[in-house]
Amino acid sequence: MEAWKGFNYGEWTEKIDVRDFINKNWDPYTGDDKFLAGPTKTTNELWDQVLELMKKERENGGVLDVDTKTISTITSHAPGYLNKEKEQVVGLQTDAPLKRSIQPTGGIRMMASGCEAYGFKLDPEIEKIYTEYRKTHNQGVFDAYTSEMLAARKAGIITGLPDAYGRGRIIGDYRRIALYGVDRLIEDKKVVKKSLEKGVMSEEVIRDREEVSEQIRSLQELKQMASSYGFDISNPATTAKEAFQWLYFGYLAAIKEQNGAAMSLGRVSTFLDIYIERDIESGILTEIEAQEIVDHFVMKLRLVKFLRTPDYDELFSGDPTWVTESLAGMSLDGRPLVTKNSFRFLYTLVNLGPAPEPNLTVLWSTQLPDGFKKFCAKMSIETSSIQYENDDIMRKDYGDDYGIACCVSAMRIGKQMQFFGARANLAKALLYTINGGIDEKLKIQVGPKFEAITSEYLDYEEVVEKFEKFQDWLAELYMNSLNVIHYMHDKYSYERIEMALHDKEILRTMACGIAGLSVVADALSAIKYAKVKVIRDEDGIATDFEIEGEYPQYGNNDSRVDEIAAYIVKNFMGKLRNQPTYRNAVPTQSVLTITSNVVYGKKTGTTPDGRKAGEPFAPGANPMHGRDKKGALASLNSVAKIPYEDCQDGISCTFSIVPKALGKDENSRVGNLAAILDGYASQTGHHINVNVFDREQLMDAMEHPEKYPQLTIRVSGYAVNFIKLTREQQIDVINRTFHESM
Amino acid sequence: MILMLGRIHSIESCGTVDGPGLRFIVFLQGCSMRCAYCHNPDTWNLEGGSERSVDELVAEAKAYLPYMQFSNGGVTLSGGEPLLQPDFVFEFFKKCKEAGIHTTIDTAGSVKPLNLEKILEVTDLVLLDVKHINEEKHEGITGLSNRNTLNFAKLLDEKGVPVWIRHVLVPGLSDDHKDLNELGEFLATLSNVEKVEVLPYHKMGEYKWEELGLSNKLSHLIPPNQDQVDLAYRLLTKSLNKKKLQLN
Repeated sequence: MEAWKGFNYGEWTEKIDVRDFINKNWDPYTGDDKFLAGPTKTTNELWDQVLELMKKERENGGVLDVDTKTISTITSHAPGYLNKEKEQVVGLQTDAPLKRSIQPTGGIRMMASGCEAYGFKLDPEIEKIYTEYRKTHNQGVFDAYTSEMLAARKAGIITGLPDAYGRGRIIGDYRRIALYGVDRLIEDKKVVKKSLEKGVMSEEVIRDREEVSEQIRSLQELKQMASSYGFDISNPATTAKEAFQWLYFGYLAAIKEQNGAAMSLGRVSTFLDIYIERDIESGILTEIEAQEIVDHFVMKLRLVKFLRTPDYDELFSGDPTWVTESLAGMSLDGRPLVTKNSFRFLYTLVNLGPAPEPNLTVLWSTQLPDGFKKFCAKMSIETSSIQYENDDIMRKDYGDDYGIACCVSAMRIGKQMQFFGARANLAKALLYTINGGIDEKLKIQVGPKFEAITSEYLDYEEVVEKFEKFQDWLAELYMNSLNVIHYMHDKYSYERIEMALHDKEILRTMACGIAGLSVVADALSAIKYAKVKVIRDEDGIATDFEIEGEYPQYGNNDSRVDEIAAYIVKNFMGKLRNQPTYRNAVPTQSVLTITSNVVYGKKTGTTPDGRKAGEPFAPGANPMHGRDKKGALASLNSVAKIPYEDCQDGISCTFSIVPKALGKDENSRVGNLAAILDGYASQTGHHINVNVFDREQLMDAMEHPEKYPQLTIRVSGYAVNFIKLTREQQIDVINRTFHESM
Repeated sequence: MILMLGRIHSIESCGTVDGPGLRFIVFLQGCSMRCAYCHNPDTWNLEGGSERSVDELVAEAKAYLPYMQFSNGGVTLSGGEPLLQPDFVFEFFKKCKEAGIHTTIDTAGSVKPLNLEKILEVTDLVLLDVKHINEEKHEGITGLSNRNTLNFAKLLDEKGVPVWIRHVLVPGLSDDHKDLNELGEFLATLSNVEKVEVLPYHKMGEYKWEELGLSNKLSHLIPPNQDQVDLAYRLLTKSLNKKKLQLN
C-alpha cells in the first residue's frame, strides 16, 4: 500500500495492531535536546491569538462563549478555525475557538446550570427535550440510587461520583485512524458484528450488537466531520502532517460527543515520530516544520473546553480536561520508546510557554537514555508542567503500549477501559466508626447503626476492629453505587466513537479510590503510639481529640506508621475485591484526590491525628502538610511504600521544591532532579508531580494574576493555571510543604 | 558491645548543597564556635538535640542508597561541629564505608580530636569552612583562633584528602580584598583543593537568633550581591592549581 511505503511490515498489516506497527518501525533516540527548533512566526502569531482569547475568557468570568442552541454531536457544528491559512492541524469542538458546546446526554442539569453560572441561557427547547422526551445518564442514576446512596453522597463519605456528567477516562486508540484509515476500521467492526449473529440472543449479546452498530455509525460520522474540513480520512494517512490530522479528528470526534471528566489522548508521540522520520528522510519535511506541526497540534489540545458548573470547579479546580499524553517508557525488549518527538512534545512548553494541558506525562524508567532524563528534569525546573509515572512497575502489568487516563490510571491502549469511580472518604469513615455511623457534621445516621466507641481514650485494637467492619459496609455501598452509575452511563451516554477505537474484547476495571490516606494513617498511629482522648458534644458525637505524647507521622520514612498506611490501602482494596461488579469489571483503587482534598477536608470533622474540622486533607498519597520533617526524600520514601499491587489505578504524589534546594547551579539541579526521579522509581514509587518554584512567586501571582497568565503548577495528578484556582485552593497550595532545606 | 551514640540536632534526607549529589545529612548538636553570622545557632548548645545510635542512623541512611547511587551522592555530617563528637564520626563513617556510601564531613576544623587521622581514613571529602585567614579577625568573628583550622588544612593536604574550601562572605567582616588575597595564597599552597565555594551571608537564620533570645549584631547587614561573590571567588582561586579545581 502506498500509504505504508517505507514501513516495516508485520502482523499489523494483517490485523489492527498499532503496538506491532510501533514495535517494528520506531527509532529510539538517545541524544540530547540540541536538535530542537524554536517556534515559527506562524506559531507565534497563532499562539498570540490564543492567549488573547484566553484573556478574554478570563475577563468574561471563565467562559468566553457557549453555543446554547446546538446539541453537540460529531457532526453538529460547522468547521471552526483559528486562522485557516496558518494552521497545520485544524478542527475545533464548535465553529469558533473557546466556544463551548452543549453535551446533554450525561445530564441536562449540568448543562443548564453551567450556562446560567456564566451568564448564558440554555435553549429551552433543548432543556425540554432532555427533560421530557429523552432521559439522560444523570436521571437514570438518580432513578436507581438507594436512599443510603443518597445519604452517603450528601454527607460526602463518597464524593466526586460521575453521576451528573460524562464519566471519561476512556482512551480511544486515535492512532488507528492515521494508520488504517476509517474504512478499514468500519470493515473490522462489521466483522465483529457479524460474529455476534449466532447462538442465544442474551442480554449481553443484544447489548454488544447495539454497541457495535453505534460504533460503526460513529465512524461514519467521523468521516463526515473530517470531510466538512475538506479531508477524506477513509484511507490511511500518507504523510506526517496527515497522520497528526487524522489522529486529531478522531480525538475531536470524542470530545465533541463526550464531556468526560478526563478526555485523555493516549500515547501518540512516538507513533507519530515514525511518520515524521519517514518524511524527513524522504526530504519532504524539515525539523522546523515538524516542530511546527507538533506546536499546532498541542495548541489544539490546549483549546479543549467543556461546560462545567461552579460545584464541579470546586472539586476539580481550574477547568481541567486531562488531555493526558503519555511519553517515553521502555519497550518490553528493553529499548527506550523515546524519540525526537518525545522531546518535541515537551518542547512545546518552551515554544508556547508552560500550560496545564495537554497533561504531559513521562513514563519514567531508570533505563531511559540520559539525554532524555536530563531534558525532562530541565523542563520540569523551568515549567513545573510535567508529571512522571513509573514505567518500570506499570510495564509488568500493562505491557509497553499503555497510556495514562486522567492523572494516574494506566490502561492498555485500545484494549482496556475503566469505569471511573471517584473516591471514598476514609477519614470520614474513621469518624463514623467512632460515632456509630452518625455523620459528625450533619448529625444524621448515614451508615448502619453500629455500636459507637464510648471510651474516654481510643483503644487501637477496638478502633481497628470496628473500622474494619465499617469499611465492609462502605465498600459494598460504594461498589453498588458505581454499578448503578456505569450501568446508566452505558445505557444513556455510551462512548461510541471512543469504543469504536477499541478491540472487540476489552478489559474493564472498576476504578475505586480513597481520600484521606495520610489523615487515617496518622490518626491510627496517634491512637497506637500516643494517647488520644475523645472530646464529645452533648449528643455524644466526637468533635475533638486531644493527643497526649508524640507519635510517628507518615512522611518521615518511619516504618511504624508507613506500615499502617500500607495496611489501610491493602485492607480496603481487599474489601473492594469482594464486591460483585457491573460487566464483571475488575476492581482497582487509586490514592488520588485531584484538588478535591480541599472539599473533602471541608466536609470532614476534626480527626484523631490532630487535623481540625474543615482543614484540607493532603492531596493524594501525600503526607499531611508540615508533618514530613526529614526532608524531601524521607517524604518520598514513605509514599513509595504504598503497594502498587493494591492501588493499580495509581498513587498520586505531589512534590514541591524551591529551586535552590535542588542544588547550587543549573547543572546540579538538573542532575539531582533526575536522580530523585530515578531513586523514587527504583523504590517503586508510582507517580510524582514535580513543582519547582519559590512560594513568594505564588503569593505574588495571587495578588497580581495579570502578571502570570501562564503560570502552571502541578496538583494531584494534573496541572492547572495557578490563577484559575479558587483563592481557597491557592492558599492550600501555598501552605503545602515546599521542600526548601539547604 | 558498646552502643555508640551521637547527639543529633536534625536530619535532612535531601541535602543538595553539602557535597556532591543527593546527600543524607546528619546535623550534629554542639559547637564551640560562636560565629556572629551563624545560621544554625540552635545547634550550639552541647546538651541539646537527641541521642541516636550509629547503627540506627546508618540503617536510616541506607534507605536512601538508590538516590545516592543515581546522583553520586552520599552522607554528610554537619552541625554544629561534628568533630566535637569524634568517636561517633569515626564509627558512623566506618559503617557507611562498609555499606559503600560516600562520606563527607562539613567542619570548621577548629578542634583536633585524638582520632583525627583515623577519621580521615574513612572520609572521602572534607568541606572545610575557613572563616578568616587573619588570626585576630578570625577570633573576632568566631571567638576562637584559626590555628587549628589552618593546620587541619595542611594535614588534609599531606594525607591527600579531597577538600572543598568554603568561605562565608560577610560584608565588613570577611570581604576585605587584602584578606581574600591572602587566603587565596594560602589555598594555593594546598594540592588537594577540588572546589572553592563562596557562601554569601544570608538572613534566613535570623529568626532562630530571635527564637533563642540571642542578640544578633548583624541584623543591619545587607547580603552581598552576585558581583561581590564572583569577585571574592576570583581572588580566592587566582593562584590555585586550576587543573584540580572543579568549576562551580
